[in-house]
Amino acid sequence: PSCHCLPQLPCVYVIASPLVLCWVVPLAVRSLVPVLFPCGFCHLFLDCIIAKESPASLRQEIRGSASCLCSDHEFDMADIFYFCRSGVESIVDDEVTKRFSAQELESWNLLTRSNYNFHHINMRLTLLWGLGLLTRYGILLPLRVTLAVTGISLFLFFTTLVGFLPNAALRSYLSEKVHMMGYRMCVSSLTAIITYHNRENKPKNGAICVANHTTPIDVIILASDRCYSLVGQMHRGLLGMIQSGMVKSSPHIWFDRSEVKDRHLVAKRLSDHVADKTKQPILIFPEGTCINNTSVMMFKKGSFEIGCTIYPVAIKYDPRFGDAFWNSSKCGLVWYLLSMMSSWAIVCSVWYLPPMDREEGEDAVQFANRVKATIAAQGGLVDLIWDGGLKRSKVNDAFKEELQKLYSKVLVGDHEDESERMEI
Amino acid sequence: MGSSSSSRNKIPNAQELMDQTGFSSAHLLRLYDRFECLDRDNRGYLSPDDFEAVGGLAMNPIGGRIIDAFFSSGQDTVDFSSFVRILAHFRPTDRNRNKEGTQQELPNSRTRKLKFAFQLYDLDRDGKISREELLQVLRAMLGLQVTEEQLQSIAERAIQEADLDKDDAISFDEFKKSLEKVDIDTKMSIGFLK
Repeated sequence: PSCHCLPQLPCVYVIASPLVLCWVVPLAVRSLVPVLFPCGFCHLFLDCIIAKESPASLRQEIRGSASCLCSDHEFDMADIFYFCRSGVESIVDDEVTKRFSAQELESWNLLTRSNYNFHHINMRLTLLWGLGLLTRYGILLPLRVTLAVTGISLFLFFTTLVGFLPNAALRSYLSEKVHMMGYRMCVSSLTAIITYHNRENKPKNGAICVANHTTPIDVIILASDRCYSLVGQMHRGLLGMIQSGMVKSSPHIWFDRSEVKDRHLVAKRLSDHVADKTKQPILIFPEGTCINNTSVMMFKKGSFEIGCTIYPVAIKYDPRFGDAFWNSSKCGLVWYLLSMMSSWAIVCSVWYLPPMDREEGEDAVQFANRVKATIAAQGGLVDLIWDGGLKRSKVNDAFKEELQKLYSKVLVGDHEDESERMEI
Repeated sequence: MGSSSSSRNKIPNAQELMDQTGFSSAHLLRLYDRFECLDRDNRGYLSPDDFEAVGGLAMNPIGGRIIDAFFSSGQDTVDFSSFVRILAHFRPTDRNRNKEGTQQELPNSRTRKLKFAFQLYDLDRDGKISREELLQVLRAMLGLQVTEEQLQSIAERAIQEADLDKDDAISFDEFKKSLEKVDIDTKMSIGFLK
């Protein structure tokens, strides 16, 4: 009797998974949100340990009162206090380092991984947590994995099939349908509950779409609403297979590792794609790395130099149902996906912002900063000038030189000939 | 839906640290989180490159010296209690003293703050700031923005003003004396939130 049941079990899973994941869970989450968490959406994290007063400029602090503008400031042994204090302040709390680890929640959402400061002190909470664990790992996770596997297999199968079609128009039409199907299945397999705002601003063909980056799932979330051409490195293994499958039926821009270093080549391929108005918009994440969704870091200017219309998109995740941030130094992609699939859900909001063009007299960097500020304002994120690359590399000496220049101006910069030398 | 934190279990010697540094348990907890955040490889201690990864410190002209202040007495790792003890220097001075009076001096007293700053100048820890050491600090703070002659003259002026016993070096007492009018508490304190 047992070997009769065995083939039936996977079938049950395959049929049950879309039903449960597409209907039941989103319904539950959407109705539970106002009941369980009546407080607001975004600002739930504990942020600062020190009160940062308005940054007194180096000049103000060292010179003392503003009245002695005329006399030179002599070097004082106390001058070192300013540097000392600001150095130690940044050890205790700095704007950048904390963006590379997951944000903390004010109240616990029953996921152990979000449990930073909270301790089980009563039985009821532990019981609830245990129940939650069973539900998540026993029911939700297997259903999600099944759906994901089904989805990816179907996707690979159909894209290959469509790739064989001779008729280009039919091919692009069908490939769009196949891609959307694939993305929608992935979205359901993660139980991503997405609210799209301002859909009238959805990116049009022949443009570039730009968004803040928190996780690789960003791609799936955006691409399930309309088709984009993706840009990125060609990987090996499963991801590489998926990438090759995708490119058979629609124009994605995958680079070889060796080509990535050549910026002109990259720029050329992007502008060629954009110039063709029949092609889908390109999706780019100018930060270049995953940030923890509390801030937006420096946008790399490459995509803003091409000179076409930019459609900014802001993505904000609700951390209460599951933290979407991928900390690549802490875990690999597969582990990350599994932990996403064993969270409650991924709830996020996507805002499509009106298209922006580079203005007269604005260079690429200024344009990039303008777009970044718009995205930060919409998503309720902090707008930072720092480079996301600081996750892996150190600050370069240009910043140190700036401070040295400032201090030297305070000490000696008031003399005529000296100040001439200071200007570069 | 949440439960309050029970901090003591995570931090070793929490009560002792609180007594010796004057930090509250909430502060200690936040500092412990920060310590763990800086300790990217989860080793339980910090090494110089963990500090160098902090952007604000890397661009500070005397960043290297501040890092050295954490790694005193030749060790190359900092555990959590040493970390907290050094940061305790930067607590604002307590306005209200305990009724019993403190047995030992807290790290954030005026003298201790001054001693910390003195160490930033006195690299070889011989208790005096020599002319050469002063020049080195000035070079760090000013970089290539001033000429060597300007550096020399600034150092000369500073030594002449502060050096009272004319031994061409500044001892800790002379250092203290030259700063007696300066509001150390404001300049060398960080506003830790409740």
